[in-house]
Amino acid sequence: MKGNLAALAAGALFALGLVISGMTRPEKVIGFLNVREWDASLALVMGGAIGVHAVLLRLIGRRSAPVFAPAFKPAPAELIGGRLLAGSTIFGIGWGLAGYCPGPAIVAAGGLNVKAVVFVAAMTVGMYVYRKLHAKP
Amino acid sequence: MHNFTPVPALIGGVLIGLAASLVLLTHGRRAGISGLWAGLFHPRARDRTFRASFLAGLVVAGLASRLFAPELLGQAQGGLGRMLVAGLLVGYGTQLGGGCTSGHGVCGISHFELRSVVATLTFILAGVLTVLALRALS
Repeated sequence: MKGNLAALAAGALFALGLVISGMTRPEKVIGFLNVREWDASLALVMGGAIGVHAVLLRLIGRRSAPVFAPAFKPAPAELIGGRLLAGSTIFGIGWGLAGYCPGPAIVAAGGLNVKAVVFVAAMTVGMYVYRKLHAKP
Repeated sequence: MHNFTPVPALIGGVLIGLAASLVLLTHGRRAGISGLWAGLFHPRARDRTFRASFLAGLVVAGLASRLFAPELLGQAQGGLGRMLVAGLLVGYGTQLGGGCTSGHGVCGISHFELRSVVATLTFILAGVLTVLALRALS
């Protein structure tokens, strides 16, 4: 129960960061991707998040285990190949088309923005398609 | 530079970094939102209550924003057809590429993982070219 409350609080805090920084407004994201009239705000959002998290994760890593789970989840395999490049390219095209990536889209959909609701529904279908095409037996 | 808002961007970024750290401290995992969302609909996914709780936090905060500061949610350009195509690409692409702006861009880079740096540069480049193409066409 406490673990779920902590997760809920973390989700709300994450969303608050997205909303305050302007990342739930697709025009801010498109402004970052538009190199002709560049809005660098997104770079500072990422920089701020990485600066804080890069330090804290190393302090947290000194613990033998997380508070509400038996162990830290191991890092993903360091594979750089066609899947990483193709997947990130496809994601980037969708990101540039709508100005939404998954986090801000889910927050805006929670705020009952119709376009964000449609985006999140389609995103869920896209994930389902991936699983059907690449399902491991 | 157009519409640059450095102070809210930095404050929001710090909050996102704190939230990702809270997830690591309490549950020992990364706050990669595309992966958490995909797992919610995966029949064999573990930690479904953790995923649902974290994502509920996103949704509830979105609803609160709508009630108290609706202008902060903004409005996407383009119609529902564009949202449909974009959503499909983002859903499929994040699963193939193993993450999105949060999982690769924030968590992976914070762990100094080269694959996340490569993924992040790749989706930013693809996004830049897409916006350039959209502007050229319109």
